[in-house]
Amino acid sequence: MTPNNKQDEERLMTVQTLTPPRRARGKTRGRSLVPDVLDALRQLLGDEREEPKRRQRDLLIEHLHVIQDALGHLPLSHLRALATYMNLPMAEVYETATFYAHFDVIHDDQAAPPALTLRVCDSLSCQLAGAEALRSELAAGTDPTEVRVLRAPCMGRCDTAPVVEVGHYHLGHASVENVQAAIAADHTHPEPVDWPRLDAYRLTGGYTLLNACRAGEVSVESLMETLESANLRGLGGAGFPTFKKWFFVRAEAGPRYCAINADEGEPGTFKDRHYLERAPHQFLEGALISAWAVEADALYIYLRDEYPALLDVMHQAIKELENAGLVAPGYILVRRGAGAYICGEESAMIESLEGKPGKPRHRPPFVAQRGLFDRPTLVNNVETVYWIPAIFAQGAEWFASHGRHGRSGLRSFSVSGRVNKPGVHLAPAGITLNELIEEYAGGMQAGHTLAGYLPGGASGGILPASKADIPLDFDTLHEHGCFIGSAAVVVLSDHDNLRDVATNLLGFFADESCGQCTPCRVGTEKMLTLLERDAWDAETLERLSQVMMDASICGLGQAAPNPVLGLLRDFRSQLAAQNVIIKG
Amino acid sequence: MNQATFTLTLDGTAVTATPGDTLWQVAKRAGETIPHLCFKDADGYRADGNCRACMVEVEGERALVASCLREAKPGMVVHSATSERSRVAREGVLEMLAVDQPPREQSPDRSSHFWAMADQLAIDVSAVSERLPKHAERPAPTVHHVAERSSAVVKDRSHSAMAVNLDACIECNLCVRACREVQVNDVIGLANRGSASKIVFDFDDPMGDSTCVACGECVQACPTGALMPSTLVDANGVGDSASTDKQVDSVCPYCGVGCQLTYHLKNDEIVYVEGRNGPSNHNRLCVKGRFGFDYPRHPSRLTTPLIRREGVAKGLDPDFDPAQPLTHFREASWDEALAFAADGLINLKKERGPQALAGFGSAKCSNEEAWLFQKLIRTGFGSNNVDHCTRLCHASSVAALMECLGSGAVTASFMQAANADVVILTGCNPAVNHPVAATFFKQAAKRGTKFIIIDPRGQALDAYAHLSVRFKPGADVALFNALLNVIVSEGLYDSAYIAEHTEGFEALKAHVVDMTPEAMSAQCGVDAETIREMARIYANAERAMIFWGMGISQHTHGTDNARCLISLALACGHTGRPGTGLHPLRGQNNVQGASDAGMIPMVMPDYQPVGDDQLRSAFEELWNTPLDNQPGLTVVEIMDAIHDHQIRGMYILGENPAMSDPDLSHAREALGKLEHLVVQDLFVTETAQYADVILPASAWPEKDGSVTNTNRQVQLGRAAMPLPGDARPDWWIIQQLAQRFGLSWQYQHPREVFAEMKQGMASLDHISWERLESEQSVTYPCPSDDAPGQDVVFGDAFPRLGGKAKFSATRPIPPDEPVDDEYPTVLTTGRQLEHWHTGSMTRRAKVLDDLEPLAVASLSINEMQRLKLAPGDRLSITTRRGSIVLAARVDSGMPDGMVFVPFAYAEAAANLLTNPALDPDGKIPEFKYAACRLAAVEKEEATS
Repeated sequence: MTPNNKQDEERLMTVQTLTPPRRARGKTRGRSLVPDVLDALRQLLGDEREEPKRRQRDLLIEHLHVIQDALGHLPLSHLRALATYMNLPMAEVYETATFYAHFDVIHDDQAAPPALTLRVCDSLSCQLAGAEALRSELAAGTDPTEVRVLRAPCMGRCDTAPVVEVGHYHLGHASVENVQAAIAADHTHPEPVDWPRLDAYRLTGGYTLLNACRAGEVSVESLMETLESANLRGLGGAGFPTFKKWFFVRAEAGPRYCAINADEGEPGTFKDRHYLERAPHQFLEGALISAWAVEADALYIYLRDEYPALLDVMHQAIKELENAGLVAPGYILVRRGAGAYICGEESAMIESLEGKPGKPRHRPPFVAQRGLFDRPTLVNNVETVYWIPAIFAQGAEWFASHGRHGRSGLRSFSVSGRVNKPGVHLAPAGITLNELIEEYAGGMQAGHTLAGYLPGGASGGILPASKADIPLDFDTLHEHGCFIGSAAVVVLSDHDNLRDVATNLLGFFADESCGQCTPCRVGTEKMLTLLERDAWDAETLERLSQVMMDASICGLGQAAPNPVLGLLRDFRSQLAAQNVIIKG
Repeated sequence: MNQATFTLTLDGTAVTATPGDTLWQVAKRAGETIPHLCFKDADGYRADGNCRACMVEVEGERALVASCLREAKPGMVVHSATSERSRVAREGVLEMLAVDQPPREQSPDRSSHFWAMADQLAIDVSAVSERLPKHAERPAPTVHHVAERSSAVVKDRSHSAMAVNLDACIECNLCVRACREVQVNDVIGLANRGSASKIVFDFDDPMGDSTCVACGECVQACPTGALMPSTLVDANGVGDSASTDKQVDSVCPYCGVGCQLTYHLKNDEIVYVEGRNGPSNHNRLCVKGRFGFDYPRHPSRLTTPLIRREGVAKGLDPDFDPAQPLTHFREASWDEALAFAADGLINLKKERGPQALAGFGSAKCSNEEAWLFQKLIRTGFGSNNVDHCTRLCHASSVAALMECLGSGAVTASFMQAANADVVILTGCNPAVNHPVAATFFKQAAKRGTKFIIIDPRGQALDAYAHLSVRFKPGADVALFNALLNVIVSEGLYDSAYIAEHTEGFEALKAHVVDMTPEAMSAQCGVDAETIREMARIYANAERAMIFWGMGISQHTHGTDNARCLISLALACGHTGRPGTGLHPLRGQNNVQGASDAGMIPMVMPDYQPVGDDQLRSAFEELWNTPLDNQPGLTVVEIMDAIHDHQIRGMYILGENPAMSDPDLSHAREALGKLEHLVVQDLFVTETAQYADVILPASAWPEKDGSVTNTNRQVQLGRAAMPLPGDARPDWWIIQQLAQRFGLSWQYQHPREVFAEMKQGMASLDHISWERLESEQSVTYPCPSDDAPGQDVVFGDAFPRLGGKAKFSATRPIPPDEPVDDEYPTVLTTGRQLEHWHTGSMTRRAKVLDDLEPLAVASLSINEMQRLKLAPGDRLSITTRRGSIVLAARVDSGMPDGMVFVPFAYAEAAANLLTNPALDPDGKIPEFKYAACRLAAVEKEEATS
């Protein structure tokens, strides 16, 4: 009765009258694990069977970095093995891997990228400095089998625009020549940072505040009072009073976490990099004080992947602290971003810290109530905490005494564009653009006349030259449809094409939209397409803007129309002069 | 107003809400259905607030808020229908999405929820398209890091059950939540970002190549038709979910979970099926329950009574085609066939006495059919020789539960897992055999319930297990006694519970004293520390449950296995409270009900022993017939009795022993020896190929009847489609035979049978047919006509004399047929997700057959390499009883030294190999352990 051949088998099948013979599936469903690849993964990542902590969901992005760094891309075979390694569904690995721009997920039918990648910054400041032409020339002048040329969002080096990342070497004032020279010299690694070490920082009084806090000599309450008097506000862009944020997190039951947002991605912003390179320990002290203030179980630092040299600095500085006994080993955890502007949004950053795509969460609940790993989390910006030791040392009055036009405090303006001295300029809050350019930024470049400016990066809107005398600070720009945000000031001149400005900014938002909500995912792209048309349909743009501003989940989609509305409001004649027809 | 409620203002009117209500729910109660796309107003679906179609204005907030997500708060002032901003936002969102949809008449579902919402907002797509650009208009993608790939899945018909058309996708994430959060199958993701966002299966693989288990939850959730049942779209992917003309609520005919469902029919054919909000499924279904309903219209469906042609030998003729039965059988009228069927049996009874006859019913029977069937055997045939496949499933579990607890049913529903801190799953593979129950387990695990999975084989649920422990096949009793030893030696037991509710603990304590983890470790292949850890986790839990399946029951020590599990629960006091209990997962849709209804040889309905004169006399009175006081024979015993010339005639209803019995050569030989065999079924099954007469019966969607699931929930199946040809309802056929046996049955409908059952079965107290019709599901035991039944039982006392449960001590015994040098590999058998029982239905369901078309044997990679087999290569499996040849499948869940074969495939019938050795108490064969030998089959030989 045993069927020994296929013919018998088919005859015996009770269904054979309908279905043609088919092949038996020799494997379980879905992609098979390749055991050798899993072994290779264990070589790279360590053996998760011996150290189950390596399976932690929040390490997914870290693991993807290790594989990407080792192989130059992420083959699906490795992602499959990683899913097994981490006991994660394939789909969850894939979601995260494909969300971030710095991961090259390579499908079975795709070729692996060449050994060298050139990322040409296409943020507005770099575009003004000729990045687009540079990118074309670089693409034309390199062998695509050896070098690929990509466009990439703001690299936080707008003072040296245009910028090209050669491998992981960020080359400022880039030209075809110096890029080629860097390639030839195999200069593809991050330029090391010369930073003040722990000893040097301690000689200037570093970590005395932290120690005083820990010793009970300074109470949280008194420190919060100091910060309140100094009027220290969140310098990542939201401007929320720092002491209040501490207060809210402290009001929640523990365990709590502290997470520092070092993912400044707002185009035109590079102040956090500035401080991290120059005073990493002052930053770390501020961060540790913040963590102390909320009795955090751990301190996470989310560092954008565009700052590879700083990753090293952070690791070394933390090692110094651990060795000096100032921090328990493992208390500070540095996590690499992976190329996503949206992770500058605090809840998206928390998602990313958990190893997920950086999609902002809904509020309420606020991250102060339910943040990292669903615990109350204090999220502070780099610069915000950087100021804490200085404010304590020099007094709240010192910080608050600065300011102009009725405003109080110090602001670190990242100035770029058509000025003579771009860079981070520490200036009084409330300074006007005219004052900032003249007193700090060395005036306009020769031959350029101020035409307008972005007061707060890509999302802060756009103001005309006629509004260059309004105070720049939190709250002051609202009536003009703008905000200062991270104080990234991009200065435009009469040479600059406003349609290009608009499409650059909307192109950026469309590229960086997380895709979660309809108004932003669809709206940014539709708006970009509308702006690329010869004629701008003002009514449609304004209606689209309203939907995006009213209905987007987070600030990205809500703010994305700002520059467009600004142009429609204040730049009609200039647009007309540049042959942009506006209907309605 | 009660204290919990509060008021807020909606569009100028004060409305009431309770904490946790969302603004969407508040508005719905106030009469406004706020447009919604990504929000599914159904149990288990978390609001995600991503589509932004449901925006409302809340005073004091800058941006609008998603009403589906935002909780109402006291004093909130909300503007919805009256808010211009909200209107613009809602319309704007629909407009943005609508311009990129395929034109409605060419869309996968012109009646989709999306289009209904667009209609509600009066969206004029062509007018909007004048203003807003289409995605397709863009010259270059906006998301730069996502390369365009020709292999990216957009329109995908790789799956036989579901059609994918992502052109209609709005990235609302509902399918991701359906797959990840509701069914927890973890296949679908939302990849990339921005406008490149796209739904993916695994790594953007075609659905048919992915890990998709085809539960179809995504299809049920999709608001646009981007995911559609294939039966609703044409070859171009164009379809209409409103094209059906009839809906009938019923319950699934497959496993014991008992999912409620709705058939959607057109022209009396089932086009698609959706889950209904039943207590055991909460709208969920699995691949079988959603896509396995075309079998009633399979070309080989029997539509006429058949009588064996003169001179045609009984048996499995390789040339026989079930769709062309007239080669071996001739058509007969019902009158002739019934007379022929009955006369054959009646004559044997006259000549040989009642003991010459036997009947096999089926756990696929409704309660009413089971009742009538056993009643016919008992009152017409005149013996207790009635049994069914419960004998092959959980007979040992029931034996142990009856002995120790005094009741054979589960003590708590599987929904109680959600309330448990710890759950042990052992000898079961719910993701395959009870897929919808598994979804609730996975959800519980995600919420923090610790699952301990104890099984020789790995399984999908391991991914959610706190501990996954593999042990040596057949060493269950050693392992469980070691757990008991730890609980005793470390004092982890619950003395108060033991004192109040149990007897025999001191004896058990003494009994397990030598069975330490260290002593048992080598035998069961689990290290002592892991055994201790398991015992501590289970015993120290506040609330813990144990679930088991046929890996426990189908052994010669199956009853001992169950006794051990019962002892574990009793020792730790883990029964009788929410989140605690003992639950043998029932395999078939009505194995609980068919057993309750008395299709068991040693007991009458409700497990009342036939030998108990008082109990029996009640039935003699009810049925007005004297009844045999001797227990009848069980399934395997009946086969032996045929060989012994005792049983000479049989009536088999819906059962397929020529596939399901152990040692099939022996069983089939027995069937061939019968002097008269009446088979009642949908198809000419392997068993029917031994029949003298075949009576064409009714498929589940063609009849009314109640069934009882693994949770003791009695539910109604309803006729949805007409019987084909001359096929007849099963109850009618049984009655016709009964009448020919001289019984004066005159039932007009199953509800009359149910009414009679209530007279003999206290378990059905307070459960009436009318109540089932209105409430859809009632759990027994049920305390009153208007109270829900008891989900958890035995909180106060056990239904044993004195009210106490009993500890039964056990000693490890080896499997009946241990592996040796000649037969060095362990053969184990079971089901696949797609194929149910012997495959008579599922292999005739197109989708299920497409998904698992051919017999496969699962092996570890090491075994494959040892045998030099590539995936899909053919191998032979030989035991002392037979040999089969089938394809090899590599399966990472398989341990070395073991092979798994599903028993649904006639062409490689696993039961040709299995060992018929029986458990002494449950009389269940050892399907889960036989010694076998594997060999690669040369390719030439295989294809010649």
